[in-house]
Amino acid sequence: MAERTYLEAIREGIWEEMERDGDVFLLGEDIGAYGGAFKVTAGMLEHFGERRIIDTPLAENAFLGAAIGAAIMGLRPIVELQFADFITTAYDQIVNYAAKARYRWGAGVPMVIRGPSGGGVHGGPFHSNNPEMPFVHTPGLKVVVPASAYDAKGLIKAAIRDPDPVLYFEHKLLYRRIKEEIPAGDYVVPLGQARIARVGRDVSVITYGAMVFVALEAAEVLAKEGIEAEVIDLRCLVPLDEEAVLASVRKTSRVILLHEDTMQGGFAGELAGRIAEKAFESLDAPLMRIASPDCPVPFSAPLEEAFLPNAKDVIEAARSLKAY
Amino acid sequence: MLYSMKMMREMEHRIEKLYRQGKIVGGVFFGRGQEAISTGSAILTEAEDAVCPCHRDLAAFLIRGMEPWVIFAHYLGRRDGPTRGRDGNTHMGSLKHRIISYISSMAAIVPVANGVAFSFQYRKQPNVVLCYFGDGATSRGEWHEAMNYGAVFKLPIVYLCNNNKYAYSTPTQRQMAVAHITDRASGYGMPCRRVDGNDVLAVYEATQEAILQARSGGGPTLIECETFRMSGHSAHDGAEYVPKELFEEWAGKCPIARFEKVLRERGLLTAEEIARMYERIAEEIEQAVQRAEESPFPDAGELLDGVFADSQAKNPQAAASPAKGN
Ligand SMILES: Cc1ncc(C[n+]2csc(CCOP(=O)(O)OP(=O)(O)O)c2C)c(N)n1
Repeated sequence: MAERTYLEAIREGIWEEMERDGDVFLLGEDIGAYGGAFKVTAGMLEHFGERRIIDTPLAENAFLGAAIGAAIMGLRPIVELQFADFITTAYDQIVNYAAKARYRWGAGVPMVIRGPSGGGVHGGPFHSNNPEMPFVHTPGLKVVVPASAYDAKGLIKAAIRDPDPVLYFEHKLLYRRIKEEIPAGDYVVPLGQARIARVGRDVSVITYGAMVFVALEAAEVLAKEGIEAEVIDLRCLVPLDEEAVLASVRKTSRVILLHEDTMQGGFAGELAGRIAEKAFESLDAPLMRIASPDCPVPFSAPLEEAFLPNAKDVIEAARSLKAY
Repeated sequence: MLYSMKMMREMEHRIEKLYRQGKIVGGVFFGRGQEAISTGSAILTEAEDAVCPCHRDLAAFLIRGMEPWVIFAHYLGRRDGPTRGRDGNTHMGSLKHRIISYISSMAAIVPVANGVAFSFQYRKQPNVVLCYFGDGATSRGEWHEAMNYGAVFKLPIVYLCNNNKYAYSTPTQRQMAVAHITDRASGYGMPCRRVDGNDVLAVYEATQEAILQARSGGGPTLIECETFRMSGHSAHDGAEYVPKELFEEWAGKCPIARFEKVLRERGLLTAEEIARMYERIAEEIEQAVQRAEESPFPDAGELLDGVFADSQAKNPQAAASPAKGN
């Protein structure tokens, strides 16, 4: 066991996979000598050399496309987006090329696209997005959203070994804020298995990413009031561990769907649909969604604070569900 | 080369006929009059090289060994096509032939082709990629990003542009303010060549030089092949917007007729030999169409196969993949 931050866990996972498999390499902006905007790749250039740690021109289409072509030829590229927000500039490559290649002509695209997402650090409208939903909606892509250091390492390893394109959205707020004891050597967290972050019987809070910590904070307070919240950390949006979601719903009969991404078209809607279809009979109260309001992520502190869901929102929702 | 060009021309005539009969549905594109470009370049590839043909480059598929009946099966949406009915027209890819499929978004293939070239560089393999696109595609950001990227990393790739004077109905002067596609190359520090795209030997010679440079680590070349689209954009398009005189002018520059003449004048083939070759092509095409029409349509039960690797087991294309663990 070794103590690692979320960021160090990601680095360690990539590092170990690069040691294990010479076909794994990194592409991105400023990831070499500089070590990446958040230093996820610090030290890698010195260790693995320029052949495998490749600084690219500022051209997302060009380096994402290059990763796709290399992956088709059997290499295992990992692409770093300096900020996940900029994924929009290469949307076509991901959605029209990578996602459809296997289905169309049997060409697997084993690549990982990773980068910092999420708000809470005053990044403003272009450095705070949670851009997962367009990709969740695209058949052929997997979407991973780690919340703990243990998962950050285990999931990046699973993503690198996966034969299909995986989007791995890191939460930049967690990079250095969380620190855990994690196994020093090789382990994998399989894609598509949710985790019960806290066991409870009264209400399920189903969430992912940094909101897992908001849910846990709320659960602490609720426990003192005698409300035992169960927190489900989805870990992956695609493939989704639907069974884990439904099992928790059946157990608690009261459900809060929580995410940092904005409300309209957010993942909570997808979960709500599945729960309504498959566990309607188990519900004792209406589903509740908590998400950011439908506006761009604002810069100024009071605005961003008002924008992001917080523990208070969850506590109030849980109380009202309990009283329903 | 004459065989490939004529095969491409006649297959496309046959595809058009099947389209007019309603047997082929969807969009259908022809490289009529442009056969010298894919022929004179792809013929130079070696077994482990790769090609990324576009929608007017049928000869590249043939030269890489994709059989005519498989191509007809693809157009007809049958199970034996390289996409098993999942895609149509020239959206064909086949890893075993090292044909990397382009997609509809014009120029999107160019960054991907760079990645294929990068894999050769990474593995220290002496191979090259031929990447094809039209004049219109060179207006897209993806194209410019990819040109720059290929030049920066000195990738083993040759970029082949067919300048057929129109992108759908838009003439080249509405597409760019420079006179030639090759004018763009200096912006990337990339060598370029502009050739008569209706002269298969000129295309051959320019590509040969570019491949040599790419193979020896000298990086990419942009080759502009001047040609003309002797059809509408696709089979539904009557091309009324193209002045008749242009069609007449370019009809006199038919790459197939020109190459026939060269071969006869140099005593390499007689008129009879050429006639016999063409008869053989006609027969091969009829047999290919027949075999393709005998191929079954895909079963609706296959609809979801191969969205991800774990459901791809039934797709034989998986076996052809060079990707490990696929
Ligand atoms: C990004 C994109 N926009 C629009 C289209 C529709 N479209 C298909 S082909 C074409 C013209 C292509 O022209 P060019 O690149 O010159 O190739 P050509 O067809 O002349 O060979 C257009 C506009 C497309 N396929 N992709």
